[in-house]
Amino acid sequence: MRLPAKLLTYALLAAGAAMFIMPFAWMVSTALKPLDQTLSQPPEWLARRYEAQLGGRQQEVRLGPLVTEPELWARVQGVARPVALPRDSVRDGSWRPASGLPVPVEVLKPIPASASAPWREISDLSGGLRDVVPIESISSHVALRWENFPRAIAAMRHFGLYLANTLFLCVLNVTGTVLSSALVAYGFSRLEWRWRNALFGLLLATMMIPFPVVMVPLYGLFRWLGWIGTLKPLWVGSFCASAFNVFLLRQFFRTIPKDLSEAARIDGCSELRIFWQIILPLCRPALVVVALFTFMGTWNDFLGPLIYLTDEHDFTLALGLRAMQTTGTGGIEWNYMMAASTLVILPVIALFLVAQRSFIEGIALTGSKA
Amino acid sequence: MTAGERQRTWFGLAFVSPWLLGVAVFTIYPVAASLYYSFCDYDVLSKPVWVGLLNYRDMASDTVFWKSVGNTLIFNLMALPLGLVSALALALLLNQPVRARGAFRAIYYLPSLVPAVASAMIWLWILNGRLGLLNAALGYLGIHHPPQWLADPAWTKPSLAIMSVWGCGNTVVIYLAALQGVPRSLLEAAMIDGASAWRRLVHVTLPAISPVIYFNLVIGIIGGLQVFVSSFIMFGGSGPDRSVLFYAVYLYQNAFEYRQMGYACAMAWMLCLLILALTWMASLSARRLVFYQGD
Repeated sequence: MRLPAKLLTYALLAAGAAMFIMPFAWMVSTALKPLDQTLSQPPEWLARRYEAQLGGRQQEVRLGPLVTEPELWARVQGVARPVALPRDSVRDGSWRPASGLPVPVEVLKPIPASASAPWREISDLSGGLRDVVPIESISSHVALRWENFPRAIAAMRHFGLYLANTLFLCVLNVTGTVLSSALVAYGFSRLEWRWRNALFGLLLATMMIPFPVVMVPLYGLFRWLGWIGTLKPLWVGSFCASAFNVFLLRQFFRTIPKDLSEAARIDGCSELRIFWQIILPLCRPALVVVALFTFMGTWNDFLGPLIYLTDEHDFTLALGLRAMQTTGTGGIEWNYMMAASTLVILPVIALFLVAQRSFIEGIALTGSKA
Repeated sequence: MTAGERQRTWFGLAFVSPWLLGVAVFTIYPVAASLYYSFCDYDVLSKPVWVGLLNYRDMASDTVFWKSVGNTLIFNLMALPLGLVSALALALLLNQPVRARGAFRAIYYLPSLVPAVASAMIWLWILNGRLGLLNAALGYLGIHHPPQWLADPAWTKPSLAIMSVWGCGNTVVIYLAALQGVPRSLLEAAMIDGASAWRRLVHVTLPAISPVIYFNLVIGIIGGLQVFVSSFIMFGGSGPDRSVLFYAVYLYQNAFEYRQMGYACAMAWMLCLLILALTWMASLSARRLVFYQGD
């Protein structure tokens, strides 16, 4: 490639990568902020800790509005906290609002602020003490609020249970899917028998059925079995093989030479032993792919748990995260929300980094059947 | 059947028995029941009552149903081409001889692994009209009255389309695998004949990977028509002016919020038909545009 083309390629790749990373970065950045800084405008990337002289001592403060023109810092009668008032609205010891009667005020100090030398209102963490100071007198340094993570866990109420439920489902679904799909794929690829192709056609056909078609009768079935409000609907089916994984594994099994099985058969090896001791070990990469996809599918599933789980003690992490959004009092506390999201995403990313090759090969495999 | 054949058949059936059981209980029975319920008044608590075509007739005159159909189609008309083209562009870039290809590929792929609920939360925050990162960035670019992504019915669908591009990593990886399978000899022959990079792309690379483009399109249609979580989490399933009330969301609401399970089943079957119709249309165009090697 010529140099300009090469540079352009890298520039585009880097720009794209920056855009794809941005949401993650913003999530983590928000997760590490105190609540008031999540609302700051313009947004800042790094959480800071601000300190200033307040009430006679240097202490951590919260920032209030900026003052960019001369005003008066005054205590209005009947209002507990001092406020900044426009200069010309205060005359003869009383504040004359645009409408309404004048109110007596006690002027505490003038604020000689200007657009080039702004002041800022500050308050202590409880909001009880307030003052207005030149912005140069506020010191700040980066301070990430790691304590948001334990707090977000507490705000989710049953984080431990959600995690345990999710892991429980992941373990059962991965075990069930890998074992049953491999067994079924063996039957559809390594054995010659009547009806095999007809049944495999049926299996392919079932892959076309969208979930909403079976959603209602499945709900009715699980209700009849008394399984609504339990985790059972979310894992029992995995032991009955899933069409997609059977298809994937069958493609793999077919690549193993027939002679291998024949030789084993002549030596008196049973089909189950051929399956378990010869075919499965040879197909480990494919089994890993099925296990990974099943794990991801279970970890990320939302609709299934939403339909079948009723008690919050049975919730999965995905449902718990959503519950945190809907049960909050007042506005969403975005720092905790993002901390909780980070916690839900982190294991997935870790898994990807550990098993990157299998992921990429697996995805490429699903596309190569086109 | 000879004794040997019979034995082999029993073996075969034994190996596929988990699936036979599963397909009977979790597929064939539900499909049949769903078809039956779609002609019934059914609330899951009491027995279904046969009402003939009533659910389907109701659907035809249900304005909310048609709104959900329209929303879903419009959203897909935005999200599907955007996703397919972005993914293809990224895959073409990654297919160049670049350093750190693995790292770039990982970065593009990672978002597609993010649980849908978490990604909905992140984007709810990024797209926030007043405090969101996106509008702050637009502010820096001099756009001082940026869209109210989540509050303006004209912008809710584009918001979700942008968000869906973030998750296109899966498609990128599939494209990339296909691109690496394009015969080098063809590209080199075109190069020797003096074809420009653009012409090599249009006349060699794209035809060679057209089966995969078609595959991604069909998968995209099937998934796109069932879009649910983003609307459900970010907009409570409806949004301003019901602008993101999608088909799957309305179906869910009918089943589990209004307890009109018969109507929900009828909707599910119409969804099936819609998917069939659209994939059939895709296959018609594929017949002209998709090139299979060895044909």
